Amino acid sequence: MSVFKVTLIDYGLGNLLSVRRGLEYCGADVTVTSDVGQIRRSERVVLPGVGAFKVGMEYLARLGIDTAIRELAEENTPLLGICLGMQLLFSESEEFGLTNGLGLIHGRVVPISSLNLDSDPLKVPSIGWSGLQLAENHVQWSETILRESPVGAEMYFVHSFMASPTDQNHRIADYFYAGNRVPAVVSRENVIGCQFHPEKSGKNGLNVLKQFLLL
Amino acid sequence: MEIRKADPRSIRLIARLDIKGTNLIKGVRLEGLRVIGSPSDYALEYYMQGADELIYMDCVASLYGRNHLSEIVSAAVKDIFVPITVGGGIRSSDDATQLLRSGADKVAVNTAAIAEPTLISEIARRFGSQCMVLSIEAKQIGIDHWEAYTDNGRERTGIDVVEWAKRAVRLGAGEILLTSVDREGTRRGLDIGLLDAITSEVSVPVIASGGVGTIDDAVTALKNTKVDAIAFADILHYKRATVAEIRAAVIAEGLNVRNYERV
Repeated sequence: MSVFKVTLIDYGLGNLLSVRRGLEYCGADVTVTSDVGQIRRSERVVLPGVGAFKVGMEYLARLGIDTAIRELAEENTPLLGICLGMQLLFSESEEFGLTNGLGLIHGRVVPISSLNLDSDPLKVPSIGWSGLQLAENHVQWSETILRESPVGAEMYFVHSFMASPTDQNHRIADYFYAGNRVPAVVSRENVIGCQFHPEKSGKNGLNVLKQFLLL
Repeated sequence: MEIRKADPRSIRLIARLDIKGTNLIKGVRLEGLRVIGSPSDYALEYYMQGADELIYMDCVASLYGRNHLSEIVSAAVKDIFVPITVGGGIRSSDDATQLLRSGADKVAVNTAAIAEPTLISEIARRFGSQCMVLSIEAKQIGIDHWEAYTDNGRERTGIDVVEWAKRAVRLGAGEILLTSVDREGTRRGLDIGLLDAITSEVSVPVIASGGVGTIDDAVTALKNTKVDAIAFADILHYKRATVAEIRAAVIAEGLNVRNYERV
């Protein structure tokens, strides 16, 4: 019997099956749905997502899921956004013109730097495994979703845009893309976002999903 | 805190599984296919050895216009938690949808993209360019000249691979899987000239495939070209090396690769 009930939001974007398998591997009882009523009754919510910000917001709005997510966040229901799902938590994004997001974390989604510290061009999207580092305002991760993750734990990233919180306290972990700091994990109370794919990051990623279930 | 400046690459070591029907197979120059075993057993073993990604390639799909990979992939994602790329026989963005729904993270397209290049833009627009891997099967036709082949190295196209790669990136390809048909399965080492020709002309990550006979072959390619990833097949299937051994050698050279411990 699984004790961790999770709602995985199906809004037409994202690798639902892999996220579902990852959560199940960690002991979750997963409901995949786009039904607003069911989403409102959730104990925990995962918002996955691969693709463009604007399309993501349109799909959420069309299904009325945007409002449901904001209500859940207000009630402090644990909410995990993955990759695009993390970026959608923010106020706005510059991808294909300025678009409003869910507004649960203040800040803007901007392109990752296409130059390294020597001003040489970098490959975009950033694809690959990188170690998590403490964000500048953090000295440890004990009270966060990363409490079981050592500094340097490597995760799988694939993205062209990054989400920067206005309040640096909302930024928990970064990674370095050719010397540039890129936000990797953000959180405001129970609203959490991972830029990397925990369901694609082997044992390290499963650890993060497990900690989310324990919230 | 470590700041990686000199080499912006985050190198990936990828296990490539060529599939025919329900079997894992291996050929030489993409021909003379020999059955190796069950893809799920090998895939799980490579995941446990620390492969950074898996690539499944259906080698006869273009020929028959069908694909068995959906079931293989949806079974794999039950216990494999690294990115999965699937290719072979993808003819439309609906084919791509089906594979992505089955648990694939990216699709690799060759034959259909050459026939209809707008398919690249269509897939990139619908799923993002990070999902759209251009698969190139390259055969050398002269000094510093390679021709793109389709249908698993069987059909000529008359298209120059460098020009094709540049065009495909403009159309939205987010990554290139570059297979040397001449080297594939021969254990003669990767085609350094080919890797150089492509990586110096495109801005997206390039996965080198075809010809790794020894760990040294992989290290040589990583040190002498700007490739972002290497796909291993023969060397793993015939157990000449494990992913972990390859990784240790790559780390020993000071190259930036995931520092993985066995799961």
